[in-house]
Amino acid sequence: MPVLIKKPDSIPSSEITDRKVWESRRRFMREAAVLGIGAGLAALAPPASALLTGPGRNPRIPNVVESPLSTGETPTEYDDITTYNNFYELGTGKSDPAANAGSLKTRPWEIRVEGECERPGTIGIEEILRAFTQEERVYRLRCVEAWAMVIPWVGFPLGDLLKRFKPTSKAKYVAFETLQDPKQLPGQERRVLDWPYREGLRMDEAMHPLTILATGLYDELLPGQDGAPIRLVVPWKYGFKSIKSIVSIRFTETQPVTTWSDLAPREYGFYANVNPKVDHPRWSQKYQRMIGASIFASRRPTLMFNGYADQVADLYRGMDLRKFF
Amino acid sequence: MIRRRDAWLRFAIKPLVFGLCLAPFLWLVWGVFYDGLGPNPVEAITHRTGDWTLRLLLVTLAVTPLRRLSGWYLPLRLRRMLGLFAFFYAVLHFLTWIWLDQGFQWSAAVADVVKRPYITLGFSALLMLVPLAVTSTRGWMRRLGVNWKRLHRLIYVIAGAGVVHYLWLVKADYLEPALYGLALGVLLAARLRRPWFLTRPSAAARAVQRPRVTP
Repeated sequence: MPVLIKKPDSIPSSEITDRKVWESRRRFMREAAVLGIGAGLAALAPPASALLTGPGRNPRIPNVVESPLSTGETPTEYDDITTYNNFYELGTGKSDPAANAGSLKTRPWEIRVEGECERPGTIGIEEILRAFTQEERVYRLRCVEAWAMVIPWVGFPLGDLLKRFKPTSKAKYVAFETLQDPKQLPGQERRVLDWPYREGLRMDEAMHPLTILATGLYDELLPGQDGAPIRLVVPWKYGFKSIKSIVSIRFTETQPVTTWSDLAPREYGFYANVNPKVDHPRWSQKYQRMIGASIFASRRPTLMFNGYADQVADLYRGMDLRKFF
Repeated sequence: MIRRRDAWLRFAIKPLVFGLCLAPFLWLVWGVFYDGLGPNPVEAITHRTGDWTLRLLLVTLAVTPLRRLSGWYLPLRLRRMLGLFAFFYAVLHFLTWIWLDQGFQWSAAVADVVKRPYITLGFSALLMLVPLAVTSTRGWMRRLGVNWKRLHRLIYVIAGAGVVHYLWLVKADYLEPALYGLALGVLLAARLRRPWFLTRPSAAARAVQRPRVTP
């Protein structure tokens, strides 16, 4: 697999700004902006390391580092990201997941990793948070429903976790499953989807440096409605590929069955790459509405691979993206 | 007596129903100005105006069965207002789509009307509502005579199209459109000359019944 993106080898601790410093700097910048002097000061300010901080509703994730793979676009507000969710396990309305997330218990939490690998086993969430450097990845998110956000995820490359379990040469795909437990996920009491939610990636997609497992957003542990304690994020694919609250990862030789594609194969493909040229049968995918924008703001054009074409287009070279949508 | 009842209708009941029908709209206007529509206000307005169109269509369709069941004539005198409010919310629903959602990109909007069955259906329902709204006046009732009733039977088609419009845009959870469909089904069934759930065995049928054989 060609490595298309340089990863930061390591960031010396001397380069990581102390939290107190950047927190106060961010607060200052925010207040300065309110006072209308932001523009002038921003020109004077050094190119600040500035992790985006949340409202403190969930525990902070320590030692988060920035990533060159982040977009510089203005992130969507924390409250919008956490009250406008598609997580049918917690209800099918957009505000249901936030209302029902209280029943989801995220500790203890284990992911079972099995299938075509040399070292199948389990890994706990605490171990995951300890063992993998948590990075801030500000990514665009494009939902198949034609709305979009910019989300400062905290997470780490999925590939780093997968490598630990030594996938064999037979491992061509990776299949994921969400927790199934109607007591914790009351939406599962109704069979809206074929529970548990299942998703999958081709091995090269899974190993791509842009593909992460997210444990937090805005510098804090994920709230339940956003897929706590750990979820997939594949920024060049429609949001439904980024499966939430994962309990199982399996290496497979054949393409795994995935929930939405299984439910409506004409409407949702296995690949589900963001593509303005291939419409959903029932609506156009040419434009997207930015969540948090003014009510009179016009929609924005949707970009090929959600704007990540430079990094990922090679994965699909020679494929007919109308057929493999 | 009759005059007093008319006064009640004119000065109390009609303004009350008018206010109730307008309340969802005022609530939306409040939401626009006071950030009360959540993270995706355009979607919220679209959904709410759509919901209220369907609800008011169903309420309008409930008038006849209600009168038949109760012999109560009051709902009949409110029917025009209810129907016009359904039209009002349908127009708002359309305006939200063409203005806030599509940003007056007419070519894209036309393409959607042609290509997307659920939009085709919703738009057709709106077009069918127009002649009904226009001919809702006393003058048009008189002018059209018996044809007025024929024309206004379009409401059945419109309500059906509205429910299917909703059903076709849902991704996986069909519960709500199914409930609207069920309500519509009941209201239409109640119009049958002798709704099965209201029929009592007729005297003739009773006469045919054999006496129970007891040991």
